[in-house]
Amino acid sequence: MRRIALRAGELLAVLFVVSFGVFAMVTLMPGDPAVAILGEGHPKQDYVDLRQELGLDDPLLTRYWHWLSSAVTGDLGRSLVPPQGDVTDRILGALPVSFQLATMGLLIALVLAVPLAMWSAAHAGGLVDRIISASMFAILSIPSFLAGLLLIMVFANGLGWFPRAQWVRISEDLPANLHHALLPALVIAMMELALFTRILRNDLIVTLNEDYILAARAKGMPPWRIMVTDALRPSSFSLVTLMGISLGRLIGSTVIVEYLFALPGMGSMIVTAANQGDFPLVQGAVLIIALVYVVVNASIDVSYGYLDPRTRRVHA
Amino acid sequence: MNDTNELVLEVADLHTVFTTPRGVMRAVDGVSMSLRAGETLGIVGESGSGKSVLGRTVMGLIADNATTAVSGSVRIGGHDVHAMKPKDRRKLWGPEVAMVFQDPMTSLNPVKRVGAHITEALRLHLGLNRKDAHERAIDLLRQVFIPEPARRMKQYPHELSGGMRQRVVIAMALACDPKLLIADEPTTALDVTVQKQILDLLASLASQRNMATILISHDLGAVEGRTDRVAVMYGGRTVETSLTSRVFARPAHPYAEALLASIPRIADAPHTVLRAIEGAPPNMLAPPGGCSFAPRCRLAQDRCREEQPQLREMSDGVRGLHAEASHLGACHFPLTEVTERQEVG
Repeated sequence: MRRIALRAGELLAVLFVVSFGVFAMVTLMPGDPAVAILGEGHPKQDYVDLRQELGLDDPLLTRYWHWLSSAVTGDLGRSLVPPQGDVTDRILGALPVSFQLATMGLLIALVLAVPLAMWSAAHAGGLVDRIISASMFAILSIPSFLAGLLLIMVFANGLGWFPRAQWVRISEDLPANLHHALLPALVIAMMELALFTRILRNDLIVTLNEDYILAARAKGMPPWRIMVTDALRPSSFSLVTLMGISLGRLIGSTVIVEYLFALPGMGSMIVTAANQGDFPLVQGAVLIIALVYVVVNASIDVSYGYLDPRTRRVHA
Repeated sequence: MNDTNELVLEVADLHTVFTTPRGVMRAVDGVSMSLRAGETLGIVGESGSGKSVLGRTVMGLIADNATTAVSGSVRIGGHDVHAMKPKDRRKLWGPEVAMVFQDPMTSLNPVKRVGAHITEALRLHLGLNRKDAHERAIDLLRQVFIPEPARRMKQYPHELSGGMRQRVVIAMALACDPKLLIADEPTTALDVTVQKQILDLLASLASQRNMATILISHDLGAVEGRTDRVAVMYGGRTVETSLTSRVFARPAHPYAEALLASIPRIADAPHTVLRAIEGAPPNMLAPPGGCSFAPRCRLAQDRCREEQPQLREMSDGVRGLHAEASHLGACHFPLTEVTERQEVG
């Protein structure tokens, strides 16, 4: 219990630091939010009133305090740029798109990486291993915008198998949603696949040299079974850690893919907001991404206990 | 059916040659041996003498591949281990032959429960269902004297002590009732106080089951009194083999003699200097010509450095007994003959 409380305190501290950092940096952004709202040629009095209303003339800490105290109630303020919606609502609209893209991309990468890594590790140094490694590096070296364009050209424009430049929400139509998400998720998966395969392959090779693998062989277990039941779990620490980091990272940084496929995700929202000087939206979005990041990595930490019973703390 | 005399293991002229980046290594260089049901053979030698590789090649865990060449033959229960397809060979591992490994800290999978280690072999080889395999595993843990076996089944290896873990490894090896057990330095990683318990446990389980056992050890004390016969290995070859009592009483090979002399004895006076064997084991990548022990041998002569001695009968005294009781040694100038000559002269 104490451990969980400690862990939660740690998470809160991280969020606190991140939120303050972002708040401070956003205020340093060039451009005056009041000008951004009013546009050019506004009356001087309107400008002063608006700055007053937005609290722009208060000291940084005061403003941060105001923002934070409403943020904890779920109110992240209002967007400055038309349609000037609630920041929370805007984020709740974009987050599921990014989250779905990231998880789908990671799942596709994982589903492909695990068998590829197993196959590579089982024949380490052999022809298959070398072919897989070379293809992974080839994939890794293709920039994602190029890969995305190629996929769009071939599968959307050419073959017409997939729609492009549209998005259907999960809540509206699940099959249509998956149909729309598959191609962009594939682009994301490609980038992660090479990394996942490489990491897991290397860890598997180390594990396969362990005595307990020899002992399992000596019991007459077939090689594929040893790979799945004996080698995979002890070899998956780096992979799981990497997946956590990737998920957190992808939530806010699938910008290129979002632009290519015209998807209403977090990445393009933040870029637009930053360009327009829409500081409440940027602050809110970054805070939420930090929250996702922190929560995902905390769950990864918890999963270590499942992966390796030795790391489980004995509760008296 | 009288299977007390059944020939469980026949090894003929076995070679295991590794091709390494630094050269060719003859880890096992022409070893022959045989073992009957219920019999115990000790294989002793220094680190690097090829004992472990021999054990693994006999089992077939080391087999022909890109960098390993195995020649000669190993027959376990009549099956030619190295002529079989890997898939068929795996069917021997468990019911015919099993191995107990050196370090119980590393030979159990840290993320797998104790129970799963034992039941998976039972289910695979004997086709038991989950429940029967579970019961059988509990029974096996009981046979190796693990207290509270039902509770231990659910524990992870790290929750057990070293001795307990080695008992689990033994239970795992015995799960499918093998006819031959290869114990590769089973007590090297354990506390001295636990070593004797484990060795005695292995001996009593072997005799209960009429199981043939190969006890690989660098510890002659472990082999003395617990094995019927012993083979002394040096540089990948058997340099001396006979009844254990005979080798211990009258070693023929100077290496065996030196090895025996290096055992510390409780009867020794305090501060007796431990007698180590001068020099280092041969470099297996570039073995010396002639007898591989010659560079360290106190009796070596020119012939020893030129001509490799072959295994031959060492004394007339035991001729007439059945072949397995003969006393073979690979030495041009064995100690028995030297002593006999001295007695005559």
